[in-house]
Amino acid sequence: MYNEIISHIKNRKTEIIEEWIDRVKEAADERMISVVSEQVFQGTSYEFVDLILLNLDENNSEYKSKLEMFSEKIVRLGWPITFVVSGLRTFTHVVHDDLIQEKKISKDREGEYLEFLDNWLAPLSNEIIHTYASTWEKTVSLQKIALQELSAPLIPVVEHISIMPLVGTIDTERAKLIMENLLEGVVSHRAEVVLIDITGVPVVDTMVAHHVIQAAEAVHLVGARCMLVGIRPEIAQTIVNLGIDLNKFITTSTLRKGMEKALEMTNRKIVELEEVN
Amino acid sequence: MEIQSCVTILNEWDIVAARQLGRNVAKELGFGTVDQARITTAISELARNIYLYAGQGQLCIDRLNEQGKTGLRIIAVDEGPGIPDIRKVMEDGFSTSGGLGAGLPGVRRLMDDFNIDSNPGEGTDIRATKWLR
Ligand SMILES: Nc1ncnc2c1ncn2[C@@H]1O[C@H](COP(=O)(O)OP(=O)(O)O)[C@@H](O)[C@H]1O
Ligand SMILES: [Mg+2]
Repeated sequence: MYNEIISHIKNRKTEIIEEWIDRVKEAADERMISVVSEQVFQGTSYEFVDLILLNLDENNSEYKSKLEMFSEKIVRLGWPITFVVSGLRTFTHVVHDDLIQEKKISKDREGEYLEFLDNWLAPLSNEIIHTYASTWEKTVSLQKIALQELSAPLIPVVEHISIMPLVGTIDTERAKLIMENLLEGVVSHRAEVVLIDITGVPVVDTMVAHHVIQAAEAVHLVGARCMLVGIRPEIAQTIVNLGIDLNKFITTSTLRKGMEKALEMTNRKIVELEEVN
Repeated sequence: MEIQSCVTILNEWDIVAARQLGRNVAKELGFGTVDQARITTAISELARNIYLYAGQGQLCIDRLNEQGKTGLRIIAVDEGPGIPDIRKVMEDGFSTSGGLGAGLPGVRRLMDDFNIDSNPGEGTDIRATKWLR
């Protein structure tokens, strides 16, 4: 059966690939077709067929490394996995149909051939899915690290004044980091006033508010004062609607106003230098 | 006319996805920035409650069009432990988790209509609507 199928695919390579491409295009939705460039699609289809011929032709080691490379390439192309997997199934059917159409298999052996084709292509499909999965896992863990890195730095801007700019979503893990970095930083920078800037926090719900309040209380315990700055007008509104009491805090709408206030609290101010003639 | 889209809430990042969905729909319907913030905050509260108290559930966003009025409805459904005393959880400051206890009463104030339906052992169904003015 092996040799029969191989030589059939070899002989009718162009016809099979063209039929395959047509069917895949028919099944795919428009969004997909606009994403996948015609040329890349054609090239990849030929490459795939050469690869499966290799699977039958040669010993396994070369095939394995080529398959890995191919899978990686498919993943890099960014095609949706459903598109690729259903494309592979379509290929099985195209070859099967072509064998029948060319009268290479008798009616009573059709099922047998289909099963053979399926078993033969399954490991390929698995390898591609596996590559997709591990690529995603890698991406997710890299992004987690990236997120941690942009976490919550406490920056000593001038003597006795430190700023913690928060950008992005605050989840439980980040909330913990905020607290740790604040307390550690306040002590090591000898900060008297700490500004927590929430300009870059998209949603301030009760959880975020709760963490900020706790952080401020902790800062107070180590002898510094905490200011909440960068409260955008719409955030101020929602905080009021939620019924969260921020009266214990000094709050300002912008970081700049907060900075002026912090200087005032530490008995300083910004003065413009007189021009020297 | 109703078009609904949903996010399954299983972990903290699903809360972010639900908020994103709500913000996009709110923008599309023409809500201003303040109402967008109210809607996303309400979604955040309800989705987090599902995550914290029920473990898993669904958060759906409905686009409403009733008698020429346009609205957005948040539907938060779970099959968690349910709420034994609804009056109590609607009071400011009541929390069984050491939270601020401002979530549910807050959502009621953030939105225009609010309805909560819950039975112990069966789950919780909360609906909140904001109308476009
Ligand atoms: N989906 C839910 N399932 C079960 N209990 C809930 C649910 N949502 C809220 N609760 C209960 O209602 C209380 C108040 O909720 P909420 O107002 O959001 O405040 P918080 O989350 O800060 O405790 C919670 O502490 C919890 O006991
Ligand atoms: Mg809550």
